[in-house]
Amino acid sequence: MQLSKLVKAMIVAVPVVMLAACSSAPDDTSTTSTDGTTTTGADRRGVESGAADRMLSPEEQRQQRFAELRQEHIIYFDFDTSEVRGEFAELLAAHADYLVRNPSVRVVIEGHTDERGTPEYNIALGERRAQATADYLRNLGVSASQMTIVSYGEEKPLARGSNERAWAQNRRAVLVY
Amino acid sequence: MKMFKHVSQVFLQRAALWLVASVVLLAGALQTAQAQTALEIVITEGQDSARPIAIVPFQFRGEGESPYDFAEIVAADLRRSGRFGPVSRNQLPGTPGKDADIEDYAAWGRLGVEALLVGEVSRLSDGRYQVTYELIDPLRGQITGGSAQALVDGRLIDSNDHIIEGRSSVVSEPQFRQYSHRISDVVYEALTGERGAFLTRIAYIYVDFDAENPYHLMVSDYDGYNERVLLRSPEPLMSPTWSPDGNKLAYVSFENGRPEIFMQDIYTTSREKLTSFPGINGSPAWSPDGRRMAMVLSKDGAPNIYVMDIESRRLEQITDHWRIDTEPSWTPDGQSLTFTSERGGRAQVYRVDLNSKQIRRVTFEGEANLGGVVTPDGNGLVVVHRANGRFHIGRQDFPSGNLQVLTETSLDESPSVAPNGSMIIYSTTHRDKQVLALVSMDGRFRARLPSREGEVKAPAWSPFL
Repeated sequence: MQLSKLVKAMIVAVPVVMLAACSSAPDDTSTTSTDGTTTTGADRRGVESGAADRMLSPEEQRQQRFAELRQEHIIYFDFDTSEVRGEFAELLAAHADYLVRNPSVRVVIEGHTDERGTPEYNIALGERRAQATADYLRNLGVSASQMTIVSYGEEKPLARGSNERAWAQNRRAVLVY
Repeated sequence: MKMFKHVSQVFLQRAALWLVASVVLLAGALQTAQAQTALEIVITEGQDSARPIAIVPFQFRGEGESPYDFAEIVAADLRRSGRFGPVSRNQLPGTPGKDADIEDYAAWGRLGVEALLVGEVSRLSDGRYQVTYELIDPLRGQITGGSAQALVDGRLIDSNDHIIEGRSSVVSEPQFRQYSHRISDVVYEALTGERGAFLTRIAYIYVDFDAENPYHLMVSDYDGYNERVLLRSPEPLMSPTWSPDGNKLAYVSFENGRPEIFMQDIYTTSREKLTSFPGINGSPAWSPDGRRMAMVLSKDGAPNIYVMDIESRRLEQITDHWRIDTEPSWTPDGQSLTFTSERGGRAQVYRVDLNSKQIRRVTFEGEANLGGVVTPDGNGLVVVHRANGRFHIGRQDFPSGNLQVLTETSLDESPSVAPNGSMIIYSTTHRDKQVLALVSMDGRFRARLPSREGEVKAPAWSPFL
């Protein structure tokens, strides 16, 4: 008897609570500033609190560094090769770390070439570059199912012009999330 | 009428470029002429070796002005073939419309021409035109005085053997340009013994990186006129190739974020996806019988050569190598393919027999040879030849022989041979832009087809239409 009373009370009360929750949208006294922080009207002229920088653990420092590295999505290649240059080891390690910790994230690896050589040959060369990049990431623990490769050959140059500077920018693999 | 006006303006513009004597007359037309075509041919080399010929303006037998300058189109065609050098109009000793109008063959003989083309145009009551033309050998005319006697069936009869060709047709206005190319074909074949390729088309890719849809699949007449957009895409288009009947194109499109091979009817716009395997779907090449498509697929790892039966979609793997195999091209007999392979280190052209699957290396000279195409007579191989880091178009005897470098332009690629084997169209870089260029099979005649804007590449010459 007592139990059924409680259940009845809940049947009535729960929707009321939910309604209250639904109506708790920002009221007109709160404002959202451009930097995304929210203040209420009550403390607009009141105290302001600050926080000290926390000491970062080595792991946190590594994550911060990786997050910065992951801003860069492009690695570059030498002429007519698909060898991943040593200078991109850390960059790829950062992407690999992210992909390993987020197994549901997928990445498309695009392979590109400069304009020299025939377009059809360059499609094959671009695929080899994308594949070499994917192999590199797989060796760092990234699952093959997270990666798709596509070669655009010389069809989508980053830089235009027929000179070594443009060519160097166009010989690349791009990680597209 | 509007269409005719456009053709006429474009023609006038080109006439002005080529005929210095006409510049004053045509100055007004030049000012109003619009840039209607993206391609315009600039001959860069080879006029010295051309055979002189006189192309006399066709005479209009009617009131007012002639509706069309057939002779100018014919002269441009013959000049562009690299074989003939039409004499400029102000040097012609007269403007006869037919053989009977020629008073003095010797005057034409002194021009040094091996032949002169004369013609007449008259308007019919139904609005169409009668076009009559004769190709005349002035030296023979000089000898016979325009009428010789020949022994036929034991009897002497009058003969006009100085008239090499003579034809008459009824033509309506929209066909004027096409009919001019037909005349060029007749003249070219009569004087060279080789079929003309003036009634052919080219397919190519036009890229305007500033446009919303930068990639365009185009077709035009072989000389760049009558340009049509067959497809616009935000993603790359590549490798157009003609069906042997000239009705369809196969090409690679990245419209779905990856390469896939499509076939498209150039007259109905209907299109069909042929392949969408994982990895590369590239470099399609129609077999000479039109039933099979050679292609490159990397679905099992490295790019290899496959042949698909188009009707059944049944696939046969032709090569199986862990390094790059690409750019299959059929030999004219349909029994074998040439292809580019890195199996020997750097890229070279190989040939595979489709029955035995036996593979032989074909090219040996230079650092690399790519993009091999066998000439229509089966006796030559046109390649992209790399030496000292430079890419030029070269030709060697097929299946073996010395290689001759034909071009001096830079970053040459995508050679395609005219169906009569006389000329190669290819893609090159001129002033930091990709443009199309022509070179004759012997390398003596060279011309550039600069685009007014954007990049033009991957030309494919149609079969005879």
